Amino acid sequence: MTDDTDASIPKEPAVSQDESGSAVATRDEQHAPAHFENPGLPPHVHRLGDTDPAAAKRSERQVAALFTISMVATVLFVIAYAMIGKDADVILPILGKVHALNVALGVTLALSLLGIGLGAIHWAKTLMPDEEVVEERHPMRSSDEARAGFVAVMSGGAEGSQINRRPLIKYTLGGALGIFAVPLGLQLIGGLGPIRGDVHDLKTTLWDTGVPVLNADGKPEMRDGKVVTRPRRLMRDPDGTAIRLSDVTLGSVFHVLPEGINDTPEPSNEKVKAAVILIAMQENLIKSARERDWGLNGVVAFSKICTHVGCSVGLYEQTTHHLLCPCHQSTFDVADDCKVIFGPAKRPLPQLQIEVDDDGYLYAPHGFEQPVGPSFWERG
Amino acid sequence: MSSLVARRRHPAAIAVVLLLGLILTGGLYAAFAPKNADAASGDTQAVAAGHNLFLANCATCHGLEAAGGDGGPSLVGVGAAAVDFQVGTGRMPLANPAVQARQGKVQFSSEEISQLAAYVASLGVGPGIPPSSLTSGGGDIAKGGELFRVNCAMCHNFAGSGGALTRGKFAPSLMDVSGRHMYEAMLTGPQSMPVFNNSNLSPQDKKDIISFLQNVKTEPSPGGWSLGNLGPVPEGLFAWTFGIGVLILIAIWLGKKAA
Repeated sequence: MTDDTDASIPKEPAVSQDESGSAVATRDEQHAPAHFENPGLPPHVHRLGDTDPAAAKRSERQVAALFTISMVATVLFVIAYAMIGKDADVILPILGKVHALNVALGVTLALSLLGIGLGAIHWAKTLMPDEEVVEERHPMRSSDEARAGFVAVMSGGAEGSQINRRPLIKYTLGGALGIFAVPLGLQLIGGLGPIRGDVHDLKTTLWDTGVPVLNADGKPEMRDGKVVTRPRRLMRDPDGTAIRLSDVTLGSVFHVLPEGINDTPEPSNEKVKAAVILIAMQENLIKSARERDWGLNGVVAFSKICTHVGCSVGLYEQTTHHLLCPCHQSTFDVADDCKVIFGPAKRPLPQLQIEVDDDGYLYAPHGFEQPVGPSFWERG
Repeated sequence: MSSLVARRRHPAAIAVVLLLGLILTGGLYAAFAPKNADAASGDTQAVAAGHNLFLANCATCHGLEAAGGDGGPSLVGVGAAAVDFQVGTGRMPLANPAVQARQGKVQFSSEEISQLAAYVASLGVGPGIPPSSLTSGGGDIAKGGELFRVNCAMCHNFAGSGGALTRGKFAPSLMDVSGRHMYEAMLTGPQSMPVFNNSNLSPQDKKDIISFLQNVKTEPSPGGWSLGNLGPVPEGLFAWTFGIGVLILIAIWLGKKAA
């Protein structure tokens, strides 16, 4: 409140009687009090323990009991650590069957810490002084002498270092400190992925390359100085065995990896791009002619890498022919080119054309027609 | 008291009588108990009984000749394994077509199930009921775990706790499913589940998977309460509601003045 409003201090309280006789405070600005007295702190209420020695003694015992619980729990921790076997298990209500050692260590350590903490708080709350104290904050500003001293030290230091007289040092130091930020930012930007143009790895999978044809000696066959290759077969994950068309009966799902994936330098890197799901459905249910052509008698192979963010799409519903991605519920219709029918994915799963070779095994004559997995800038 | 009476009331007499009674009952049960539903399809009596059961309970949906009908698929060639799974887990007969037939109260005795299975098996060649040597565990747990993670875990969860599919369908928990029913489900692909025939997962592979799941069920939880092994959602929910709730209560106690 400013001084000029002090004149409007009401002479009577801003309370009027309405017809029913009850008191109603009006919202009349004219009659509002100009300022309120600071009521100050409420009177201090003493605790029971402040006046009653028996209560104080009780609090003392409670605090001691909490500290004792902590000690006992710590001793039990040591005993449990030494006595309970690594493989012992115990059946507890609610928790079920659990590792006895882990539970014993966890519970005793928790009790030993809680005992100390709760005891200290209980002590502070019931026995330590609790009178309200107002303590004035000391001035933040340093004294004039201290400030002058500080300026003298700083300028003396700058003078002594000769930084102003020797600009070579000044600029090289600035350059060194400035350029030091580059390694930090470089990791950040470098981790974003390959430099523009160098996205061959993202556009190709192991299916685009073949495996060497072995001659009678078990050595790769050479022709014109080049290794002769043949397309990769579809192999069962994780066994790595080849699949015959007749193995894939109606309603079956095979999880497939390309042949020879474990002979590559980094099989995991290949697996995240080349994983395929092989599904057998009734051929007349497939709506897309191209999908029928690229499959065999209703057996079709699709990339298992979600076009949203690259999770492994593996939840196949036999009755609805839907493939569901477990991460964000993108749903693909296997009967219709694996088009997206629900969820955040934007593009269908790429199909892998399959054929049967002379030995009766399924193979992929060429890789995916488009890059698998999530989008990237240079995808086009 | 004469010695005869004393002998008759020998304290062990009651135990001996009980034991004899138990042996007799057990022996009779073993002799007359319904065998596993692996009756040969040539057993004409079982087939006839199964046909009658089929007409009374299944034909409304599956058709009089089990060739499919209103809302029910053809059962020709599904084999005894499919019947033993669907009827043996109480999924069939279906009282009320819904998104998905759920496991429920088994409506038939095991003898009736075996008769139904014999009838359906007589309709066409299909997968039979697996021998107990393949369904009672004892396989390679590590291999089974690897196969489970590649082929099953995406729907049934990493620990076989089940999970959601699209539009109200779900993959059920495998924790309380018998080995035989798991084997039959892999073999026949009930409802949304795809088929895992013996050339995809060999009988030994299936045995390994079942052994792995049985081991998961008996394995103690290393981190304490598993919260149903459902993954991060219930764990996060527990931490946020229970954990933070306890912290708030402690904070309230901290700020409260002592009496």
